[in-house]
Amino acid sequence: MADTYIERMPGVSSTVLGADEIILNMGPQHPSTHGVLRVKLKLDGERVVDSECIIGYLHRGVEKIAEHRSYQQFAPYVDRMDYVAAVSNGLGYCEAVEKLLGAEAPPRARVVRTILTELQRIASHLVWLGTHALDIGALTPVFYCFREREEILKIFEKYCGARLTTHAFRIGGLQYETYDGLEEEVKRFCVDFEHKIDEYSTLLTENRIWVGRTKGVGKLSAEDAIALGVSGPVLRASGVPWDIRKAMPYAAYDQFKFEIPIAQSGDTYDRYIVRMEEMRQSRLICLQAIENIPVGPIMARIGKVLKPPPGEVYHSIEAPKGELGYYIVSDGSTQPYRVRVRPPSFINLQAFDRMARGSLVADVVAIIGTIDIVLGEVDR
Amino acid sequence: MPLENEFVAKLKAKFGDAIREAWIDRKQSILVVELRDLLTLARYFRDEEKYDFLTDLTAVDWPKREKRFDVVWNLYSFAKNERLRLKAHAAENENVPSVTGIWPVANWMEREAYDMFGIRFEGHPDLRRILLPDEWQGFPLRKDYDILKQDQDWVRENLGIESGQ
Repeated sequence: MADTYIERMPGVSSTVLGADEIILNMGPQHPSTHGVLRVKLKLDGERVVDSECIIGYLHRGVEKIAEHRSYQQFAPYVDRMDYVAAVSNGLGYCEAVEKLLGAEAPPRARVVRTILTELQRIASHLVWLGTHALDIGALTPVFYCFREREEILKIFEKYCGARLTTHAFRIGGLQYETYDGLEEEVKRFCVDFEHKIDEYSTLLTENRIWVGRTKGVGKLSAEDAIALGVSGPVLRASGVPWDIRKAMPYAAYDQFKFEIPIAQSGDTYDRYIVRMEEMRQSRLICLQAIENIPVGPIMARIGKVLKPPPGEVYHSIEAPKGELGYYIVSDGSTQPYRVRVRPPSFINLQAFDRMARGSLVADVVAIIGTIDIVLGEVDR
Repeated sequence: MPLENEFVAKLKAKFGDAIREAWIDRKQSILVVELRDLLTLARYFRDEEKYDFLTDLTAVDWPKREKRFDVVWNLYSFAKNERLRLKAHAAENENVPSVTGIWPVANWMEREAYDMFGIRFEGHPDLRRILLPDEWQGFPLRKDYDILKQDQDWVRENLGIESGQ
């Protein structure tokens, strides 16, 4: 009888289904998959026996486009990859091209970049927290998170004119000078924000339902995390103390004091704790940075037409989702020869199968949320 | 710029001509290795030199060269906090050994290199397209793939429009 249900599914092991097994498709259109992600689950009752992520629904060919644009023209495209944290993408790209050119942004630009990137990290984690809680069933946090995120987006809008795909930085520094009142607004936000994180914490951290839905779910050991190339908060929640801001500092991170939150068990609850603490640490970095932004130029002297000498460079930053890397190959002309984006969401999503095996269908939603993916970055 | 330091000297002494060239570019070390020795070298780098994290696996297309593809492995060592880049030249129909047995993260990265360049990885458990539809013809990131002359058939059949409208 099982023979009539033979389905060839490469990627999901065993082409013959057992008598109690079904294949459930969480299709590309699904409110909890955070975008157009398709997950094929092979279920035995309600336990996940095997799973396969099918991606590519948002593939836009960004790497191919890069070969036909000049370096500055390509900069707005990178914002659209991780559209939730556009400023980080821009920072990684601008710094990679600056390394390729052998130029360095002036100190004032580096500090302002740090402030905006940390605000963006808070904004990205707020989206993560709101949507993750919403998927699991906690309907309240999303409203509070988006209320806070609104303040950050207002600051971005005043600074560079856009809320979401900001193109905030330029190769060599910044385009716009900080507006009058930026420091006060950032300070006011950071001072209020501590109380707000405590509010979210009160809602979730010791909530019996939250703990029940997230503790022990989607466990990833440190060895598995390193073998699977996972980075960012997912890696740190599994116990590996690695953050590029500390290991290989970029922008102005070596000037500020902050901690890297680590957790031990690598389950969904730990990833929640790590990201909450990261928001607190980002707030501390912002407070330190706005105290003394150095005076000076905001743009390095690199000329209008950029022609990096032939060669290649790999530069990565700690984006909110993980290690975002840019591998740029130059052949000496005004257009890059090859731009490769190392997308943290794509690589973290690969660990989904390891995390989801043996869990229940309800946990699958929690696991997708906890990896914190943005399909724009997974597919590029 | 060519790179000569004791690390490279040690490798050359141990592996001989498996290490073809050693460069340093913008302060980042690059080793060009022979494709047939890749697995031995990869295992050595992971186990002895502690490069336990494969950050990125990708390819670059140099169509005018006889071996047109440059397959690039970016490695990172947590213990030493250092990066290393390995490169190997591969011809169009040459099989590249898969490193999924050494760094499991390479699974999807090799699928993407196959999808975009058409590089076949030998020993990969499940080599098929990942970002593009399974029936797509052509390999987009190759330099001879024209964006305007791309796969019209798939688009016409599945979306019902003419590509490039």
